[in-house]
Amino acid sequence: MKISERVERVPPSGIRRFFELTEEMDDVISLGVGEPDFTAPWSAREAAIDSLERGRTSYTANRGMAALREAIAERSRERYDLDYDPDEEVLVTAGASEAIDVAFRAFVDPGDRVAVAQPSYVSYVPGVTFAGGEPVPIPTREADDFELTAEALREHGAADAEALVFCYPNNPTGATMSEGDLEPIAAFAREHDLTVLADEIYADLTYEGDHASIATLPGMRERTVVFNGFSKAYAMTGLRLGYALAPPEAITAMNRVHQYSMLSAPTTAQHAAIDALDNCEAQVREMRSQYDRRRRFVLSRFDEMGIDCFTAKGAFYVFPESPWEDAEAFAEALLDAEGVAVVPGDVFGAGGEGHLRVSYATGMNELREAMDRIERFLD
Amino acid sequence: MDIRAELLSLLRENARYTTVDLARMLGTDESEVAEQIETLEAEGVLKGYQAVIDWRRTDEEPVRALVECNVTLDRETGYDDIAARLVGFPEIQSLRLVSGEYDFSLTVEADSMGEVSRFVSEKVAPVPEITQTVTHYLMESYKERGIEFDGDGDDDRLSVSP
Repeated sequence: MKISERVERVPPSGIRRFFELTEEMDDVISLGVGEPDFTAPWSAREAAIDSLERGRTSYTANRGMAALREAIAERSRERYDLDYDPDEEVLVTAGASEAIDVAFRAFVDPGDRVAVAQPSYVSYVPGVTFAGGEPVPIPTREADDFELTAEALREHGAADAEALVFCYPNNPTGATMSEGDLEPIAAFAREHDLTVLADEIYADLTYEGDHASIATLPGMRERTVVFNGFSKAYAMTGLRLGYALAPPEAITAMNRVHQYSMLSAPTTAQHAAIDALDNCEAQVREMRSQYDRRRRFVLSRFDEMGIDCFTAKGAFYVFPESPWEDAEAFAEALLDAEGVAVVPGDVFGAGGEGHLRVSYATGMNELREAMDRIERFLD
Repeated sequence: MDIRAELLSLLRENARYTTVDLARMLGTDESEVAEQIETLEAEGVLKGYQAVIDWRRTDEEPVRALVECNVTLDRETGYDDIAARLVGFPEIQSLRLVSGEYDFSLTVEADSMGEVSRFVSEKVAPVPEITQTVTHYLMESYKERGIEFDGDGDDDRLSVSP
């Protein structure tokens, strides 16, 4: 069968290889997992079960259930000062991943350049490529606390891009950006007329300072799409539920793609999500506080081992420098010798080389054991 | 972050965390943690550190009962006076004054049902202010102090994911 050139151009994910290596071994403690170790709050799961018992198994409106869109709009306004109309400016999707894919297809024409801040989640570059666009990697550096800078945008050719995609709090670095840090990025976007795709899936997992959204800065709302969802903060990855917030014309365009592909986000998950927003804040707070403890624990342990590690402030990753220059070789040797899985940073693109992504979405006992094993390996 | 509150929360989660690990999780140093714990103990905030046991998995499951007690008060006798008469019995694992249809809620523990019954009828019921007792034998425990006993704890996530 003939495979399309667009697909052929995208190599399989570098994560995949580490997954296979890890699966071959017994007694592995994995710090390579990009999803919460918690289970979705029972109240939300119960709401999903209840919806099934009541026979709620049909499609919903393309944009998602009205009650859910209203709850999302209310929460976004209260917490992040993001004021969006639930009828016209919210699109509920099968995970934030779908929302991002739909956005690429809605806003990118063949040949359009899309600046992608890196290191980043592994789906942006393939997503742009599948849409026929040209990804333009914009590296961030440890010296800048892995924040995106206007200089990097300029230097790496974002000025003639159509769009810019970035994610803060960041996977894989754990970096965050404050309002002040975002201002020069907003100015750059306005100056060069960029559409901004802001992946804020980890917004609720911010441990130092408050999460800021670029969409709240002057002149940015009309050019920004904000992505968020229930996977990380509510530990609902498998329920596949996310959303996009954007001006009406952008949501209309995205919905056109969405209605012909996904049709509507999973109905059961939408019922769970309404409950999650209504009833699960205490549990989200508790999970955040657990992650924060683990974050401090892991940062202290790396510090004690003499491993240089940027102070991650969000998500559930730290991004230490690899003790060996070749991070991939280190990760493989560590897995082989001590059965601890971490992911080499270059998998996440430019700026990731020489680093390791260490996820602390793992129970304290395992985390402690894993850090002891890493220490032993270094001796 | 309020270190004191966070420390209490950590110890409630796992009282066996070492001071070193507590310090790491709190982002402070070991001596600070040791000092805080000492203060909390001295102030009587931290009363003890106990294990949560699923007795069904042992060969020596004790008999436990929840005992409701109704009391009458008079000018000379208040709730605290009655509590003082009960609190010293080692069979009484917990003693609480509650709102609602009865006054005191006790957890009584002994080696057999006979022992629990005798204890209630010979030591609790005869207290002059206690007008009535209702004993509920504990049949099955599913969750104690926030810990589920039959959670599988299996991690079915992909071992490495983006």
